[in-house]
Amino acid sequence: MIKLFQIKNYAIPNTIEEAYQLLNEKRANTLLGGCGFLKMGKKTIPTAIDLSHLGLDKIKEDENAIEIGAMTSFRAVEVSSILNDHFDGILPRAVKEILGVQFRNVVTVGATVYSRYGFSDFITALLALDAYVILYKGGKIPLAAFLAQGCQKDILIKIVILKKNTRAAFHAMRNSQGDYAILNVAVSKENNEFKIAVGARPQRAMIAREASKLLGEGQLSEAMIEEVSILAAKELTFGSNMRGTKEYRQILCKALVKRGIKEVLS
Amino acid sequence: MKINVTVNDEQLEMEVGYDEFLVEALRRYGFNSVKRGCDTGCCGLCTIWINDQPTLSCSSLAVRANNQKITTIEGLQEEATDFAKVLVKEGAEQCGFCSPGFIMTILAMKRELKNPTEEEIIHYLTGNLCRCTGYLGQLRAVKKYMGVV
Repeated sequence: MIKLFQIKNYAIPNTIEEAYQLLNEKRANTLLGGCGFLKMGKKTIPTAIDLSHLGLDKIKEDENAIEIGAMTSFRAVEVSSILNDHFDGILPRAVKEILGVQFRNVVTVGATVYSRYGFSDFITALLALDAYVILYKGGKIPLAAFLAQGCQKDILIKIVILKKNTRAAFHAMRNSQGDYAILNVAVSKENNEFKIAVGARPQRAMIAREASKLLGEGQLSEAMIEEVSILAAKELTFGSNMRGTKEYRQILCKALVKRGIKEVLS
Repeated sequence: MKINVTVNDEQLEMEVGYDEFLVEALRRYGFNSVKRGCDTGCCGLCTIWINDQPTLSCSSLAVRANNQKITTIEGLQEEATDFAKVLVKEGAEQCGFCSPGFIMTILAMKRELKNPTEEEIIHYLTGNLCRCTGYLGQLRAVKKYMGVV
């Protein structure tokens, strides 16, 4: 087998500070998540840093918030009773169609979010829920701001979602079961405030701000939902790749946004 | 690097590379039921259990298996044979290359899901591809084995 990537040294730190020091010792030192995508790259890694001994694989809740540790697997998200009981279960719904159960046992929340994958279903769902990322040095940052900023060397420790009375919906269109989405949409509603997040455009997920604002201000009629879905498809940018064209994604966006809005209003 | 693993209830010391995946290490140590397929995490041929959870050995670094419990089909002979009999009876066995990974997933599902629906069975098995059966015979066999028909 041809090996495209190489690891020269392997470290399993016992503290986050130790991991951070190792990460910054050399430019190419790399944190390991689930490693599902590691072998697709050609990187030579001087020191691979394994975070699996830092207890970052827990999903916790208190009165105000739910926390998802960076090393939590997608399978743990899928079967978590905490996450199934909140936000209409959109986080488990967003990950359950990603390849098979074996793959979801490998993939981690932290690596997906930190890598800001454009194809991610999970990031789109988190974005609609107004999630925060907690970075070791960078502190608490809204996910939307984190996605917009460039890559800085830091350690993502956990994701935090405030517990609110939020209704939420997630929809994705795929060419076949288990494939990456051609487009995904998450819609949330908290009182009169809506968030419409669209991902796999194929760029990383973004909030359709104008459409979300309009929906919160207007009468929630069929005509308004139609207008909002057209606006969402207009204000966001779309691209083409092997899964679908820009034009097809725009049409899908309109349809999936409408479905999402109707679901949160039901 | 030396790692200590429990493979099929037996302690084993394995010498593995930092960038070596479990599929390679296990095959090198004689666990040849673990097949390499797509090598991209899509086909499920290399499915093993790590701490009783079905996992892709082509995507799990061997060093991470240190002090963990690994199960391959060699360690589940009796249960695998029970299922294989149903599979053969339903005419669902063809080339057999995908069978070890497929059976590992089914045995995990049997432990995890009680009275699953057909939809739940199909969803659990999404990560296992078979290039020759067309799945219908397999689905019949799985439903019989799970006692849902």
